[in-house]
Amino acid sequence: MAVKDIVGKVFDPFSIEVEKGRVAFFARSIGASDPIHFSEAAARAAGHRGIVAPPTFGFTIAMDANQSFMVLDQLGIDKTRTVHGEQEFIYHDDICAGDTITGQQTVAESYDKKGGALTFIVTKTEIKNQLGSHVCDLRTVIVVRNG
Amino acid sequence: MKRFDEVEIGEVLPEFTCPPVTRTQLALFAGASGDHNPIHVDEDAAKASGLPGAIIHGMLSMAVLGQLVTGWVPQKNLRSFATRFAAMNYPGDAIICRGKVVGKCQEGGENLVDLELEAWNSRGEKTLAGSARVMLS
Repeated sequence: MAVKDIVGKVFDPFSIEVEKGRVAFFARSIGASDPIHFSEAAARAAGHRGIVAPPTFGFTIAMDANQSFMVLDQLGIDKTRTVHGEQEFIYHDDICAGDTITGQQTVAESYDKKGGALTFIVTKTEIKNQLGSHVCDLRTVIVVRNG
Repeated sequence: MKRFDEVEIGEVLPEFTCPPVTRTQLALFAGASGDHNPIHVDEDAAKASGLPGAIIHGMLSMAVLGQLVTGWVPQKNLRSFATRFAAMNYPGDAIICRGKVVGKCQEGGENLVDLELEAWNSRGEKTLAGSARVMLS
């Protein structure tokens, strides 16, 4: 499949449970010591529903749901020819320990740069929680080195 | 926390530096983040794919940059966060995070402040160019 033919594709929905231990492990691994990632009481005092995941945890949910390489696998592109070019998160609600997060990834656009030497693939993933709240939008740009 | 009317365009956020990233931290982040790509933890695999050695996960650098913002306002106030990955970090690099206020507006009944963000490594390379939008009361 050519890159331009995959634009507009909507992948199957996914669902991931957010575990308390995983949130704490993730927070420790990035050096985040804010108690909102470890303590229910501290998180609630700061206005969260429960122990809250750090701001970039949405990407880990997508990783766990095998979303990150879906486009490349579909296109048969060798991952070693690619880099993660950009990442954006737009926040609407918290991701909390105990949540069940559902989402769906769409291939939003693709474009070439440097006379076709590089192809940019942009995907968007909208995620929601078990309460029906729209939690976060992820926008990921993958850069493919051609030739 | 600052109030919206106290913040001025051009205001610089307190710099945040994460200590040199160790290979142990990369192994832990690989497990914690679910990014098991061997180029971050396996020197042989990194070299086989054409890199000089194992590289720090871009998403680890982004997570560190996020702490510059959540050190300035509570995470509850974060509305968006984005980065472009400009250069690679290697084990032993410290990550130096800088930010400044570049815009203020009111939207949807909220007072919003736009931040321009950068991360540099201890070898003097700019590795991330980013932005964030936060709400202040």
